[in-house]
Amino acid sequence: MPELDLLGSILFYTSWAMMPILLAALGEILTERSGVVNIGLEGIMLISALFAVYVADKTLNPWLGVLTAIAVGALIGAIHGFIAVYLKGNQIISGLGINTFAMGFVAYSIEVFWGVRGYYTPRPEAKVPRIPGLGVSPLFLVTLGVAVLLYFYLYRTHSGLRLRACGENPEAADVVGVNVELTQFIATVIGGALTGLAGASLSIDWLASITKQLPAGRGFIALALVNFANWNPLYALLGSFIFGFLWTASEYMKNISSIVQVIPMPLINTIPYIATLMVVAGVIGKSKPPRSVGTPYRRELD
Amino acid sequence: MNPRTIEYFIYLGNVVIAILIGLALGALIIWMGGYDPIEAYIGLFETSFNLQDPYYISSTLSYATPIILTGLTFAISARAGIFNIGAEGQLYMGALGAVLIAAINPPPLIALPLALITGLLMGALWGLIAGLFRALRNVNEVVVTIMLNWIAFWIVEYARTYGLGDPRRQEKTISMPPSARLPLLVKGTELSTAFIIAILVAILIYFVMWRSKIGYYIRVLGAGVKSAKYAGINPTKTTLYVFIIGGALSGLAGALEICGRPPTYAITTGASNIAGFGFTGISVSLLGLNHPLLIIPAAIIIGGLTAGARGMQIRAKVPLEMVMAVQGLIIIALSVPGLTFLYRRWKIKKALRGGEHA
Repeated sequence: MPELDLLGSILFYTSWAMMPILLAALGEILTERSGVVNIGLEGIMLISALFAVYVADKTLNPWLGVLTAIAVGALIGAIHGFIAVYLKGNQIISGLGINTFAMGFVAYSIEVFWGVRGYYTPRPEAKVPRIPGLGVSPLFLVTLGVAVLLYFYLYRTHSGLRLRACGENPEAADVVGVNVELTQFIATVIGGALTGLAGASLSIDWLASITKQLPAGRGFIALALVNFANWNPLYALLGSFIFGFLWTASEYMKNISSIVQVIPMPLINTIPYIATLMVVAGVIGKSKPPRSVGTPYRRELD
Repeated sequence: MNPRTIEYFIYLGNVVIAILIGLALGALIIWMGGYDPIEAYIGLFETSFNLQDPYYISSTLSYATPIILTGLTFAISARAGIFNIGAEGQLYMGALGAVLIAAINPPPLIALPLALITGLLMGALWGLIAGLFRALRNVNEVVVTIMLNWIAFWIVEYARTYGLGDPRRQEKTISMPPSARLPLLVKGTELSTAFIIAILVAILIYFVMWRSKIGYYIRVLGAGVKSAKYAGINPTKTTLYVFIIGGALSGLAGALEICGRPPTYAITTGASNIAGFGFTGISVSLLGLNHPLLIIPAAIIIGGLTAGARGMQIRAKVPLEMVMAVQGLIIIALSVPGLTFLYRRWKIKKALRGGEHA
């Protein structure tokens, strides 16, 4: 996009940088609103990104890659949901396990799938095409749509109210006839699916490659964004713009020699992480998580 | 047997089951990848727990060394109800601290203690920063520590490319001078006295946790912020202790790694020779039931996986990262304490039946 001016092109790339963070955060908002916490976002993104590349590169159909990523994300979400909701396991430990597994599994699979170590770049035809004229990714519009829809679902529908009740006061929800366990399970599966889509947006849309460090902490930045947004999808949209902008700006700074002379390249790479810490530390005191998030709901002594 | 002992055996049963599940699912993934899982595991175990050749067992113990300490980092925090997953970054900072001392080239007599103390302090500082975010601003510690891990990673890369790099070999920092290297326990292996230090520290932490005031505060905080306040304990201060002590342990782990592991005695490109020890500590701690003494055997088990990964790759061509995936599977399995659950259920049923008879 050479015709764009500096700010224009930063905004353009911000639309890419926000996508994975926002999608994962939206998934996590839904999950946590129902009362389940999933800190395995980074791992889900990574594994979904891997399978997105594998399928898109094999079939040369990026949309099949996207669908695969969503399915893989939903599957891991279902495993986590089953452990958290039905087996009453420790949700944090399960999430940590998913992240650890992902790092090993993806590095292993890159070698199994393509016979290379560490790094694979899919063929150009496997990439999600841009919207003609607009230049942005169609997944970006999907992401915006999901944010708005999720907001309406949570705050304007009966079902959304029941889901939030499961996260705030599961006993009360149960008493009025909500199937708490099923609601939480489904929310975790859909949360995983959205995080899977986030993975595809990284590996076959924006960065168009796969490494074992592909998300580079974005799964955790998404967790930070959930806090920052006070579990509200529209605030998450706003917040992801800030995080995405900072990420893009720091990438941009690397191309400006006068800046690189003052701040060396490796230190510029720390900017997104420092910024995340600062932004979140500045706001967090005021945000309030769903009251019973992270604690398994037991109907009776069993 | 008294109920406490029974519960302990049941916990150990959970651990054994989780390890078996991890290895079984791992075998499935190895098989799906087109390799022979039996050959893979033979390769893994004959180069890690092979008692006939001291080289392999030394290698296992050398890989157990840093993860005993990073495991303790996680364990202390978990005992306080906090999830400090920042051992990775704290270890990087500790390693960097040791290299800084190599750069100033101190008198030989004090070089080693100075390197270890600097590493320990830099790790503690990195832990403290995370603690401040958590204790004062109530930011989720999982997020904070991961952000700090990445920041530490890039600071180490910065140091390697600007100033602390080896002028002759671009791919690593300057090496520790011979006077600042730990003596090897077994000649021709990578096992140094760092292993002894790690064991002693684990025992020390056991006494801190169960025989000192700070340890008591930490454990009460783990029972809940409200109960801590009720017991007159300052949760903010205690949280900071958790992060400072945890950071110091992982910082020490980093410094020991740099001063104790031949042949480089330096940090290599992308922190590749120290990467992963922090995250592996989480597996170790969970496997060791977050108990300072049980962490030692847990670290030897996981250290064996790390040491045997290369043997697995050589014998069965399985990419060595597979052992990390197995670790993840073990952790996921550990998140469901199945036996504990069944035991409690059985006890309740028994109690109910007893009630009927009475």
